[in-house]
Amino acid sequence: MSAADRSERRAAKLLTLDATGRVRDVPRTELASLFTPGDLVIANDAATLPASLRGMHERSGEPIEIRLAAWVAAADPTHFVALAFGAGDHRLSTEDRAAPPPLLSGDRLCLGPLIAIIERRLGHPRLVVLRFLGERHTVLGGIARHGRPVQYAYVAEPLALWDVWTRIAGNPLAFEPPSAGFVLDWGTLGAWRRRGVGFATLTHAAGLSSTGDPALDLQLPFAEPFCIPVGTAAAVNRAKSEGRRIIAVGTTVVRALESSGAADGRVRAGRGVARGRLGRGSRLRIVNAILTGVHQAGESHFELLHAFADEETLNQIAALAEARGYRPHEFGDSMLIEHQVGAPSQRGLGRAGRA
Amino acid sequence: MQNHIAINGLRVAVSGGTSGLGLALVRRLTAEGARVAFVARSRAAVEQIAQETGALGIAGDIGCKADIYPIALQITGNLGGLDVLINNASNLGPMPLALLADTECEDLERTLAVNVLGAFRLTKALFGALAAAARNQGGALVFNISSDAAVNAYPGWGAYGASKAALRHLTAIWAEEAKADRVGFLSFDPGDMDTPLHALAVPDADRSTLKRPEHSAAEIVEAMRAHLSSRVEHFVEAHA
Repeated sequence: MSAADRSERRAAKLLTLDATGRVRDVPRTELASLFTPGDLVIANDAATLPASLRGMHERSGEPIEIRLAAWVAAADPTHFVALAFGAGDHRLSTEDRAAPPPLLSGDRLCLGPLIAIIERRLGHPRLVVLRFLGERHTVLGGIARHGRPVQYAYVAEPLALWDVWTRIAGNPLAFEPPSAGFVLDWGTLGAWRRRGVGFATLTHAAGLSSTGDPALDLQLPFAEPFCIPVGTAAAVNRAKSEGRRIIAVGTTVVRALESSGAADGRVRAGRGVARGRLGRGSRLRIVNAILTGVHQAGESHFELLHAFADEETLNQIAALAEARGYRPHEFGDSMLIEHQVGAPSQRGLGRAGRA
Repeated sequence: MQNHIAINGLRVAVSGGTSGLGLALVRRLTAEGARVAFVARSRAAVEQIAQETGALGIAGDIGCKADIYPIALQITGNLGGLDVLINNASNLGPMPLALLADTECEDLERTLAVNVLGAFRLTKALFGALAAAARNQGGALVFNISSDAAVNAYPGWGAYGASKAALRHLTAIWAEEAKADRVGFLSFDPGDMDTPLHALAVPDADRSTLKRPEHSAAEIVEAMRAHLSSRVEHFVEAHA
């Protein structure tokens, strides 16, 4: 990623939709002063694996690219759900990439210093479970050195790991960056702290956002393990009981908090797995607002926004964002969408959002 | 003895972990029950020390930008996070020591690349993990190994002394900036030790007058204990 792209990030824009439906356009640098004292911002501190591994399918001798897509067991680097691609690289959009050579159980893949075995196919020629040979730390070392971040056709220069780790990135558990978190920096977090805006994190293993195959994309997001620290759960529950807002940075945070939220609207600390999709009709028990990238209709991220606002409102702000030149990709601009008064959630808890 | 609990289970990373002070730290910390990852350039030495101590060995060059994130990823991926980072890997500058007017630019660049940029890059790559440990456990700590050459002007020690002075000031500023995030930053001057690095710099030194690296490692572990015992109090207060 070039220096120009980095300064572009600083010049980024933010579209806000408040609980009453009012829309504002602000420079993203105003994020530091956007929230109200007492608000609690929750972000995903997962770092991103270099999940793309190139090599050769041994039986056919053909080139192959593997994209690690989900954990079989959380944080066990020897076992993954993965997508396979044939010849070509990220300059072709995912949709246009060649199919991999036919994959059979037991096939060996030579991926740089690593050997992987196809354990089984998962009902689609591209989707497999694979196992790396070797001890965990050796395999993780091989992935760290040989793997590259999943690339995007719209980014000209190859992305390095430092491009895809957010400022708060800690444990390498995500397969694509929890990109809403690119808006955060330590200066902003300090400004929030001084103004009494709370900040806490959880760790959610964000999976691949797109496979390039419409049938497979319907299966997204894959089951994603997450962990909510004791302090974060306590902070969320305290804020909820005092009627303060919970602002989620990114769809992964919404998924984790809502998956862990019990019917009583309290969050449980510890590990969990987020399954299935949130979207229209989903009732939010925990989260009041989402800070997210600019997503387009049809993407699973966009679908999740239906939990915050109705179709008409979302279409209006999507059109507005397009008209005002908001950039929709992972490294683009941002939106803050507050749960709309009257939308189908939280009424069940006797609360109607903030006026 | 009563404080072994403070170190037991602590997740610690040490750069330059296969000789001198770094090796003494890896041995001491693993003996006290810490979960240790260490980094060094020589794969053979890394494997040998990993075998001996049970610590996780990572082959990589702190002075090489491309190595930093793969190193950070292996540290946090294997330890499941990080409580303490010890930036110990050091480059001495031109060998034999040279006056600044005789120092090649490339030698100075290499010294700065390891001692200043390397420590900065690795700390920055791991800062998210350290801050997460601070949020969730009450505190985290970065030790940057310094030297009296960071403060005193010793002729012949220009590259090393300038790099250590820069690292010392970087540490002091970072300490102020990260205070509110409860990530502590400490400079530690271990003194003149009987290490391979010292032997390179001063081949004819009287080794009997030099400090044992084990002694300095014990001092660092004590400082770590003192610092992290206060994090428990913070944590208890914060969650009371």
